[in-house]
Amino acid sequence: MKINSPLEAYKYLPQTNCTECGEPTCMAFASKLIDRSAKPSDCPPLIKEKKYTKKLAELERLLAPEIREVVLGVGEKAAKIGGDDVLYRHKLTFFNKTKMFFDVADTMGEADLIERVKKIADFKKFYVGRNLLVDGVAIRAASNDPTKFAAAVKKVAEVGLPMIFCSFNPAVLKAGLEAAKDKNPLLYAANKDNWKEVGELALKYKVPVVVSAFNDLDALKTLAKTFAEAGIKDIVLDPGTYPSGKGLKDSFTNFLKIRRAGIMGDTDIAYPIMALPLTAWMAGVADPVSTSYWETVLASIFTIRYADIMILHSMEAYAVLPEVHLAETIYTDPRSPVSVEGGMYKVGEPDKDSPVFFTTNFALTYYTVESDIAANGIVCWLLAVDTDGIGVEAAAAGGQLTAAKVKDAFDKAGFDLKKDVNHNTVIIPGLAARIQGDLEDALDAKVKVGPMDSGRIPGWMEKNWPPK
Amino acid sequence: MAKKVKLSEVTDMFKGMEILSLEGVKIEGDIEIDLSGLLGGGGFDPMLAAILGQESAMLAQHFGRIASMFGVPVGMGAPAAVGGVAPGVSPALAAPKLKDLIPAKFDVSKIAEWTTQIQEVPLGNTSADGGTRGKQVIVGGEKALPFYFDAPMPHRNQVTIDVFDMRIGLAKAVKENYDEVMDSPGEWAKKNVDKFNADMITIHLISTDPLVKDTSAKDAAKTVEEVLQAVDVPIAIGGSGNPQKDPEVLSKAAEVSEGERCLLASASLNLDYAKIAEAALKYDHDVLSWTQLDMNAQKELNRKLMKQCNVPRDRIIMDPTTAALGYGLDYAYTNMERIRLAALMGDDELTFPMSSGTTNAWGARESWMVGSPLGQDSDWGPREYRGPIWEIVTGLSLAIAGNDLFMMMHPTAVAVLKQITQTLFGTLEAEPVNIASWIEAEV
Ligand code: B12
Ligand code: SF4
Repeated sequence: MKINSPLEAYKYLPQTNCTECGEPTCMAFASKLIDRSAKPSDCPPLIKEKKYTKKLAELERLLAPEIREVVLGVGEKAAKIGGDDVLYRHKLTFFNKTKMFFDVADTMGEADLIERVKKIADFKKFYVGRNLLVDGVAIRAASNDPTKFAAAVKKVAEVGLPMIFCSFNPAVLKAGLEAAKDKNPLLYAANKDNWKEVGELALKYKVPVVVSAFNDLDALKTLAKTFAEAGIKDIVLDPGTYPSGKGLKDSFTNFLKIRRAGIMGDTDIAYPIMALPLTAWMAGVADPVSTSYWETVLASIFTIRYADIMILHSMEAYAVLPEVHLAETIYTDPRSPVSVEGGMYKVGEPDKDSPVFFTTNFALTYYTVESDIAANGIVCWLLAVDTDGIGVEAAAAGGQLTAAKVKDAFDKAGFDLKKDVNHNTVIIPGLAARIQGDLEDALDAKVKVGPMDSGRIPGWMEKNWPPK
Repeated sequence: MAKKVKLSEVTDMFKGMEILSLEGVKIEGDIEIDLSGLLGGGGFDPMLAAILGQESAMLAQHFGRIASMFGVPVGMGAPAAVGGVAPGVSPALAAPKLKDLIPAKFDVSKIAEWTTQIQEVPLGNTSADGGTRGKQVIVGGEKALPFYFDAPMPHRNQVTIDVFDMRIGLAKAVKENYDEVMDSPGEWAKKNVDKFNADMITIHLISTDPLVKDTSAKDAAKTVEEVLQAVDVPIAIGGSGNPQKDPEVLSKAAEVSEGERCLLASASLNLDYAKIAEAALKYDHDVLSWTQLDMNAQKELNRKLMKQCNVPRDRIIMDPTTAALGYGLDYAYTNMERIRLAALMGDDELTFPMSSGTTNAWGARESWMVGSPLGQDSDWGPREYRGPIWEIVTGLSLAIAGNDLFMMMHPTAVAVLKQITQTLFGTLEAEPVNIASWIEAEV
């Protein structure tokens, strides 16, 4: 972004405080533009009224992220990459989580290929109320044969995930593009030998394209600039990912340099970057578990330092789980903890005899507790107290979890311990034991202190429920 | 105590994960799978063995191999020879819009605001300094973020491997490496150094906790002496975490290790930090300044140690708290990165090397649970491979954020973390790899 204060954005707004955008004032809307929680097109007058056309264009230019945003694939599963404005997540937040693409080769047997693609498409890991997924398929033209490649593309395209076409041979890439019209795949890659042909394909088929120059940032920038001048907007950079030794150190340095230059305003190289942790499999490590570990290590480094998209090989759970978790870690918005809506939730179909628990609305806390309870077949009422998304212990220490807050949460949820259940009892987290007395007074109910860890709720229930 | 599950029950366990999953499982304790039957090779179901591939002897072999593969200073080995296939360029597509390359030079400047060097802190005294350690370790001294090109990092990352003064519950994948030495802190320490390549040892005096065994400060001091005799690397001395007792325990331990320049872990705001600082000064040790994910609390404690307790700058290391991957690593990572950036830009209350309790990674359910407690997740695969990589990724993330010293447990995690941090540090060579052929390569 070229501006960083709401006042600067305000200049380009209608300044009528019409509230159509849902904000009380244009100034309030301007601050949302600056923290990127709204975009100019969310202001209806700016879009509809002709007289604002120029202002809108200018505002969009000023607010465009430093690193270009590129979309690959189509539809719901399309992958958006790039779009960052900062070098460190605490300065704002990182946008568009690193996308993980897993490879298949066009030399694979049909059954193997379909099985692997299915595995990629089906991967999921539940985490704080959502599923962590992987993002797409990179098809390697290992055969270097256009016909074989096109056949593989056809099969992969059926699952609807975004694709990367991997070949330095323009004839192969072209065959792939013909086989998957309008799927918006990413072309990998244009290099110093084939750039004219591959660039032409990108223009003709209107698809994003990777420019590739290993360990040569002058060449990389030259390719990117040449493409940009020719009208290609959606560019991704591949500076090379060497898997070991000094080569890896050089690759790490290249990623740092490219992103720093991009954020600091060198628009010729301000594009998303691609890493290839898959090269771990070329490093000569004999044993597959070690190689997979090393691939995860490379993926981790480049998730943290600026890869926007990567191509990986190992689908072992011990590789993919830490990879998707780390991307989530680095890209989660540090400005607001992930939280659930406060309120009364049901686990199973609770009735008047079912126990009543409360926890906080920090997503990690809430879902840990809920899954511990549900997985053990306990049917209950579970109140999520709004603690601004802070966990039990930190909220009890920081003042967001008090007897008054809990009472307030019951009231807001319209839940009456004297009417809605027969036992007038609430079970509280062990780590909130300090509010027991106050809560008894506030609710005029029995308050029982549960275990410290929700994993122990089942054992605790055996001994303490129903209340005597 | 950990719960033992017989091999015959294991099949059921995989089926009935939900039922067994959480009750009675301590975060650090664990469900243990007793594999004596399987390892002995006596008549087991091959299907089961296939599911449990990870539980078999192959596992140990794998880890052995990983460790030697990543064992520093062993290199990565020769690259697989892959024939580079020159891409065939089809001339038919020659292009009107793309005629000539527009040459461009890439250039980026160094960060001018990074003006301040992180304090260098030595650990361990050799005979030259009046101690008995075989070598001294130095952490800190950076002038840029770790591994950055702005300024070379003067000292590599160091790993100190945990030893406990009593048998404790550990995740199975960790425990199998230490089972036979867990009753002898000296033997345990030795194994960490001789077999697992530890740069340092941390002895945790957890039995002193009144709620554990309430052993005396004197007994704890004996354990410290035992460890100092068993190994000649520098050591860190950890209390039990009991704020009432730790100052006394650590002071006594400091006294018997006088002159060895140990790291006393830890001073914190909720205990008598002054007493620990005093012991450090009197007996020639360093202090670990520990706060919980709070940069301002970290500044406050460092300030108190320096101004109120007169601890010299070259005796302070910070532990800003490590939360595991998936369990708050976002907070831990950013806290460290912010601390390091503030220090480089001149905040002299934060210009200290950092230490991470990387072992905390084993608190994450993904690292130790047999499988997902949720039916709809994709298969979590063998936990024996999940645990070490969870520790590696937690540690590696913090290494990139600015952490210098790692307190770790799993030997494989130690080996891989060393391999990667030393690669980024720039001291590990490897055969060049022709990455241009990755598209055709057999992977
Ligand atoms: C991450 C963290 C933070 C994060 C909080 C992020 C967030 N969104 O919650 C940040 C950095 C913001 C933070 C800030 C503070 N923190 Co803090 N923080 C931690 C840390 C490292 C982990 C807490 C956590 O997330 N645990 C995981 C979640 C899932 O646990 P949980 O919510 O407690 O839920 C579990 C149990 O409570 C139980 N449970 C939950 N609900 C229910 C319901 C029932 C019925 C039952 C039976 C059980 C149950 O099961 C759950 C799973 O095990 C702990 C130290 C530690 N390692 O534990 C300190 C800690 C909690 N923080 C502490 C403090 C003091 C603070 C601060 C006040 C100051 C400071 N030192 O930083 C501030 C307060 C901020 C505020 N309230 O606004 C102290 C609390 C001390 C005390 N007991 O009084 C701790 C223990 C650290 C310490 N030893 O000093 N903190
Ligand atoms: S819709 Fe536009 S003009 Fe109306 S208040 Fe919002 S920003 Fe202002």
